[in-house]
Amino acid sequence: MAERHIGDVVLKVEKISLAFGGVKALTDVSFDVREHEVRAIIGPNGAGKSSMLNVINGVYTPQEGSLTLKGRTFDHMSPRRAAEMGIARTFQSLALFKGMSVLDNIMTGRNLKMKANMLLQAVRIGPALNEELRHREFVEQIIDFLEIQAYRKTQVGRLPYGLQKRVDLGRALAMEPRLLLLDEPMAGMNTEEKQDMCRFVLDVNDEFGTTIVLIEHDMGVVMDISDRVVVLDYGKKIGDGTPDEVRANQNVIDAYLGVAH
Amino acid sequence: MGNLKRNWPIVTLIIGMVIGMVLPLLLGLSAPGFYVEVLLGGLMSGVLYSLVALGFVLIFKASGVFNFAQGAMVLFAALAMARLAEWVPQLLGIESRLVGNLIAFLLALAIMVIFAWLVERLVLRHLVNQEGVVLLMATLGVTYFIDGVGQTVWGSDIYEINLGLPKTPTMILDGVFQGGILINQEDLVAALAAALLVIALAVFFQKTSTGRALRAVADDHQAAQSIGIPLNTIWVIVWAVAGIVALVAGMIWGSKLGVQFSISLVALKALPVVILGGLTSVPGAILGGLIIGVGEKFAEVFLGPVMVKAFDLAGGGIENWFAYALALAFLLVRPEGLFGEKHIDRV
Repeated sequence: MAERHIGDVVLKVEKISLAFGGVKALTDVSFDVREHEVRAIIGPNGAGKSSMLNVINGVYTPQEGSLTLKGRTFDHMSPRRAAEMGIARTFQSLALFKGMSVLDNIMTGRNLKMKANMLLQAVRIGPALNEELRHREFVEQIIDFLEIQAYRKTQVGRLPYGLQKRVDLGRALAMEPRLLLLDEPMAGMNTEEKQDMCRFVLDVNDEFGTTIVLIEHDMGVVMDISDRVVVLDYGKKIGDGTPDEVRANQNVIDAYLGVAH
Repeated sequence: MGNLKRNWPIVTLIIGMVIGMVLPLLLGLSAPGFYVEVLLGGLMSGVLYSLVALGFVLIFKASGVFNFAQGAMVLFAALAMARLAEWVPQLLGIESRLVGNLIAFLLALAIMVIFAWLVERLVLRHLVNQEGVVLLMATLGVTYFIDGVGQTVWGSDIYEINLGLPKTPTMILDGVFQGGILINQEDLVAALAAALLVIALAVFFQKTSTGRALRAVADDHQAAQSIGIPLNTIWVIVWAVAGIVALVAGMIWGSKLGVQFSISLVALKALPVVILGGLTSVPGAILGGLIIGVGEKFAEVFLGPVMVKAFDLAGGGIENWFAYALALAFLLVRPEGLFGEKHIDRV
């Protein structure tokens, strides 16, 4: 892993503040994400981690601050633009298309890349057929990669939780993202499932060079797989650095262990 | 075997329905030719029920909204078609009925698409993530609105849609059955049109990436947005498709029975159809419509006289309530309908 080349800054989050009415979810948070790195956002419950992800992904519009992505600066994102610019995400509480098969779920991730005329798609001729086959091939690779070949045609709602999480990841990967946001990918998993998921996350990072931003509660996991860590507490950034630096940071220790006032 | 044990009520119900269907023939209550005629008549009206039910199912599947306005949309579309077919040739001086009808049809189509866009822009957009019942109430509002506006714009008389279809019944299969079978050519064309529409819709939903996006939106708004599916566009598409289905249904009904306010009540007949077929199933809507159509004709023709004799009634009228009684039976034994998705919630 030491050989991995970490590149320039791809995403810069600057002075983001987000409030819902009187509740301040995020206050003046800034950090950056470098190409090819695994960047973790940690913090106690309600620290604003998911809100941060939702800002990057365009679900929430911050009152202040800006995002710089691929050299372009935005005051706010829309989910559509985020998707078009190569940001994909998974969800903390599963948000899969439960009535559809595993294959169809992952195929939806290719939707933005499908350009053929709808009529041609319907009758499956000419360019539309080639396109469908090309996308299908790509999706099959993802299915192989995530080792869910056996469930290809299974309705997602019937799969166990750990596998559903994999499908969620697969759908995000189908978008060929430059930046992959993972919202608690290991939440609710047993040790074995966690190990599998860790492996997938690292493999994605290694093999495809995808930049990853992840939120995770499991400290062991975070410290093991991430290059740099941002620590949030009550919507403010209280630490930023390599896992070792963060571990030694007094503010972080106080936030996690509590401090006598 | 366990399956059969658990499913005995629905199995009993279906077997009962089948027996009810073949009994008149077995008991010799009807001549085979007459039996087939009643069957065909039932299927024909069933096709129309299916079309209206299809409108419900499409919108429910793709947006989780039970669209109460579907019936009003049928009326509105039929009124638009009837009046435009009258005005366009007058204004443009077109002689040919075919050309006039075609232009009127395209204009009515455009109107239904604009209507879909307005519904999304003015109503649905502001109600994202609201409870289903809130959305239902909103469509109830839309119903009364377009009922009113439709009559203001198009007028409230009875109009006719003349598609130039042959209305004279013809006799077929003279050799097979004594007296042959009377069949209405217009009905045949209508059934064919409906079948084509259904096939087109099925392909659209299953084979195109837009169809996949529609199904995705139905399942999860947030996730659909995250992969770059634009919710608003999808809703416009769904309502436009439902509008087009309403237009076709309206045209067929209108050309058969004339366009009048009572068309919007057809929607009430479509309710038992979706209960029977399942609110989330396109094949369910089709089959449900056919079952209801055939069922009520059979009940009227064969069950009616028996009941009149047995209970010394004045007779008639079974056709009007039979569909609802059947729907009630289904609600009791299989609330999700024949093909609907069974909801299993983790609690």
